[in-house]
Amino acid sequence: MFEAAPINLQNEQVQNRFRLMFGGMMVILIIPVVIILATLVIKGWPAISWTFLFTDPTNGMTAGGIFPALFGTIWLVVVSLLASVPLGVAAAVYLSEYAPDNMLTRMINLATINLAGVPSIVHALFGVGAFVIFFRFGTSILAASLTLAIMTLPVIIVSSWESMQAVPRAFREACWNMGATRWQTIRTVVLPNAIPGILTGVILQVSRAAGETAPIMFTGAAMFLPFLPNSVFDQTMALALHLFVVATQVPDIPESLPFGVALVLVGIVLIMNTLAIWFRMRLRGKKKW
Amino acid sequence: MTAHSAIQPTHVTVGDAKDKNWYIDKSFEILMFICGISAIIFVVGIFLFVFKEGLGFILGDMNFSEFFLSQKWRPTSLNKATYGILAMVAGTAAVTGLAMLICLPISIGAAIFIAEFAKGRTREILKIVIEFLAAIPSVVWGFIALSIMNPLIINVFDVPMGLGVLNSAIILALMAAPIVTSIAEDAFKAVPDTYREAAEALGATRWQTIYKVILPAAKNGLLSAGLLGVGRGFGETMAILMASGHSINIPTSVFDSFRALTATIAAELGETAVGSPHYQSLFAIGIFLFLITFIINMTADFIVRGVRKG
Repeated sequence: MFEAAPINLQNEQVQNRFRLMFGGMMVILIIPVVIILATLVIKGWPAISWTFLFTDPTNGMTAGGIFPALFGTIWLVVVSLLASVPLGVAAAVYLSEYAPDNMLTRMINLATINLAGVPSIVHALFGVGAFVIFFRFGTSILAASLTLAIMTLPVIIVSSWESMQAVPRAFREACWNMGATRWQTIRTVVLPNAIPGILTGVILQVSRAAGETAPIMFTGAAMFLPFLPNSVFDQTMALALHLFVVATQVPDIPESLPFGVALVLVGIVLIMNTLAIWFRMRLRGKKKW
Repeated sequence: MTAHSAIQPTHVTVGDAKDKNWYIDKSFEILMFICGISAIIFVVGIFLFVFKEGLGFILGDMNFSEFFLSQKWRPTSLNKATYGILAMVAGTAAVTGLAMLICLPISIGAAIFIAEFAKGRTREILKIVIEFLAAIPSVVWGFIALSIMNPLIINVFDVPMGLGVLNSAIILALMAAPIVTSIAEDAFKAVPDTYREAAEALGATRWQTIYKVILPAAKNGLLSAGLLGVGRGFGETMAILMASGHSINIPTSVFDSFRALTATIAAELGETAVGSPHYQSLFAIGIFLFLITFIINMTADFIVRGVRKG
């Protein structure tokens, strides 16, 4: 009955052109990811072996493996999570379940946004001033991990808050009607329902903490240590700092070695991210409300 | 934050017995409150501790006009140490500006594609790629700048050194792109569908709708995305340290080497004696960085919140 007028056809073409243009911008963002990952794999893969992962660096770090750095990164991440997860989740419980809509709550939200925006090197300065000097932890795993914990705190707060807000209010009301106190409701209804979402946020923070360099440089990570740390008061090597060191400070290094370190670091980070994404997708499929 | 409803948890009921559960409930409420205000404590703590370490310099050797207006950063000079950060501020600003010129059009274009054109599976996959881009650690970006971008720039532009403004700006643009893209996408998503329907009902094409309706409606969100990108640029440390070439001068071409504020702290803090003027001056730079990013973040948040109210 109706035929497309010429003007509409023209619009159709214009629209397709714009779709192509925006799609092209999307591709400009995707191409670097592909090139970077491909280069890291092609150049770094030859360096990677079990001995690379599980032996010490030798010959002034120009040969050998990365075991102490890998081991140290695990230490740093675990200790920082021990501090940031309970604190962040509790803060989110307060914001989600207790906080009234007042000035203080607005200030907490502003502070959280700000904490997320503080440059990593300023976190490092804070770590030096507070943990290394003031609390006398010295340059240690403890000082570095606490610095990392404060850095990752805002994201844990926000992601935990979001997953608690996703629990329907009717669940809480039902629980209160049974005579439960606020805390009993949080413990038995809100937290169990929010935990998968909280975990997703935590996994993402593992990947972030593993990759951070500046905050641990002066608070606890060492360029080279001939021994493994025994306690949280020892210094340690760390994978991210190790990449910086082998990329900039060590002369006459075979090219594949820094690429190998970078590949391991990116591998850990992307595996963690994939895990979090998989987790989130399962969660979305499961949710019944 | 909590929605108010007629139903309230039991402990607020008047005349309730103060039994064991009441005390457990109260003590957890206090504990959660203390954790809840931790973000405020840490922001104030960061400022105070960095300020405390830098105070000696601010009261002693620091000369405000020299600090902000001199290009000479010679903290280790034996005759007369000078502490001027002008060259670093100029370098950081130039790189952040160039990075935003590269990053903003691409990111906003990509955000339009995700929010307005891509559907279903494509959209999910694109968002995952953006997330992967955001996950690559700063030090790996620095390594990419040294090992991939550096030879590339030398070959393509036939210049003696590939480290400098251009290299840093490209790396910074790629680092800021995921965050700018996702905030811009949020801004587009926040535009009500009724706007799109109204525009289409009037016969507008998709592009006309985007250009005349959605972009103006999402303006503040986009501005805020750009500001957060700038904040990221000022605060980025490891990648810029490795990509900048790290020589102190005000860059005059995109191939010039420069030095960033953050990179100066990262490169020199390890070599200074605790409490020395040089050490304290680095903390003074830290305070300056803290204040700049504080203002940028507050402004970005204020702009976004302004939209929600309106």
